[in-house]
Amino acid sequence: MNPAFSVIFLTTLIGAGQGLFLALFAVESGWLGTAPATGAALYVRGDFVALALLIAGLIASFFHLGHPERAWRAVAMWRTSWLSREVIVLPLFMAVVALHGVCHFSGGTSGVVVTGLAGAILCLALFYITAMNYVCIKFLQEWATPLTIVNYTLLGCASGFTLATALAASLEPALVPTLARWALNLTLAAAAARIASLIRNARLRPKSTMQSAIGIQNPRIVQKAQGFMGSSFNTREFFHGKSRQLVQSVKWGFLLLVFVIPAWLLSGSNVENKAAFAFLIQYIGLIAERWYFFAQARHPQNLYYQAAS
Amino acid sequence: MTQLALVIDLNVCVGCHACVTSCKEWNTSGVAGSLSDENPYGKDPSGTFFNRVQTFEVGEFPNTQTVHFPKSCLHCEDPPCVPVCPTGASYKRQTDGLVLIDYDKCIGCNYCSWACPYGVRELDENQKVMKKCTLCVDRINDTSLADEQRKPACVLACPTNARLYGDIHDPESIVSKAIRENGGYQLMPEWETKPANHYLPRRSASAIDNELSRKVEQQRPNTLKPTGAPSKP
Ligand code: SF4
Ligand code: SF4
Repeated sequence: MNPAFSVIFLTTLIGAGQGLFLALFAVESGWLGTAPATGAALYVRGDFVALALLIAGLIASFFHLGHPERAWRAVAMWRTSWLSREVIVLPLFMAVVALHGVCHFSGGTSGVVVTGLAGAILCLALFYITAMNYVCIKFLQEWATPLTIVNYTLLGCASGFTLATALAASLEPALVPTLARWALNLTLAAAAARIASLIRNARLRPKSTMQSAIGIQNPRIVQKAQGFMGSSFNTREFFHGKSRQLVQSVKWGFLLLVFVIPAWLLSGSNVENKAAFAFLIQYIGLIAERWYFFAQARHPQNLYYQAAS
Repeated sequence: MTQLALVIDLNVCVGCHACVTSCKEWNTSGVAGSLSDENPYGKDPSGTFFNRVQTFEVGEFPNTQTVHFPKSCLHCEDPPCVPVCPTGASYKRQTDGLVLIDYDKCIGCNYCSWACPYGVRELDENQKVMKKCTLCVDRINDTSLADEQRKPACVLACPTNARLYGDIHDPESIVSKAIRENGGYQLMPEWETKPANHYLPRRSASAIDNELSRKVEQQRPNTLKPTGAPSKP
């Protein structure tokens, strides 16, 4: 596939926003085993940053559409379409994050509990739904695996917790060691899952072949003409046109930027000074990771577009 | 239920692209129009087409055959492109089995094109909506046309009659008979999309199987083929 930057930014930005919200929720409900935050500042600022990331992701997604002014129509087919479900749940989640921030700001304790819980449920649902957009296309074999769901969730959580650590550094220093430990563990877990999917995908055998594409059982089938001499939607949308070396270096690049460097920064001393930098590096790495996720997927339609003339 | 479809005879197609041009002509001026072209006379011409004719070389030289292979939306009976569409712009019409797109609802998200394994959906770069073959829905439903004219433009244009059109759910239709009698097959059966369009296999396709052609050659040596360097005296 030809990676679309609108979708790369959508999925990485909302992933980080979702992870950040989960980190706030985990702190406020005491699941990390720390004392509660001393004030509301971390939550209010955190919700604000999470919302900003979600809005930025939503704006990015509009650049993917030929007719953004009709985007509202996309809520129609929630019964069958994961994309439609995503279009419904994302704004819902954004509204709850905003409310959660308002409740913290105004000190409404029961409001915090309700919006926190609702937000956490919507957040996990959104991870699942976003990933299912890719999982459900069964002939994109690189995507059609539960590992895609695990990766979207863990990568979002890892970047979100790293960002939470960075926010806590100035607002709630006492929480930094715990948040950093969680960010590190999530980063390592995400590394394990992502490497597992890399290994799986390297061993994949495409189910579709030239033989099944045109229905002729001969071991040698070579395309001589694809029906046009220039380009078409089919040659632009499904081929990235980059060299093998470039794709491979993106892979090693994202392994370094998403996992190795942030893990090193988060596990060292003086984390409160390094967490913001760790998040920045990790986020840049995630852009590369998502680019690779798209570039690696081989669409069976490409069998029909091998040669011009 | 009716399921309209094309059956394409790979024995007969000569790769003349008459179906491509007549499809483009009809549909760029019909209800599906226009089918925009970018840079048509420039260096990298590009355009929106419902139908493409591709060419493949099958077999090992010198036992090769050229296969011309027309490809358009197959109007799958279980179309993976339809349920993914978030707006409902892509739908399968129950009355005749056509897979159609409502251009007024389409938001141009491209998701349906990802969900079609055959690469037959094309985003119109000018109108920014998804387009694909409609089996000339505005011809076949036009009661003001004479009966023999109520067929897709490509079917009417094909000079060799390689394209048959009809209802594959009616066992007596010309397409059902052609599929039955000639071993008509579907593309990429591994994805269980149940394409309505079928292809009729090359009858001589098995002859280009290397194994077989070697046997043929043993029995009936090709006198035109040089048998090796002239033997020295
Ligand atoms: S050929 Fe592609 S576009 Fe046509 S119905 Fe089948 S999946 Fe959909
Ligand atoms: S491009 Fe149009 S028809 Fe295709 S999935 Fe999106 S809205 Fe539906």
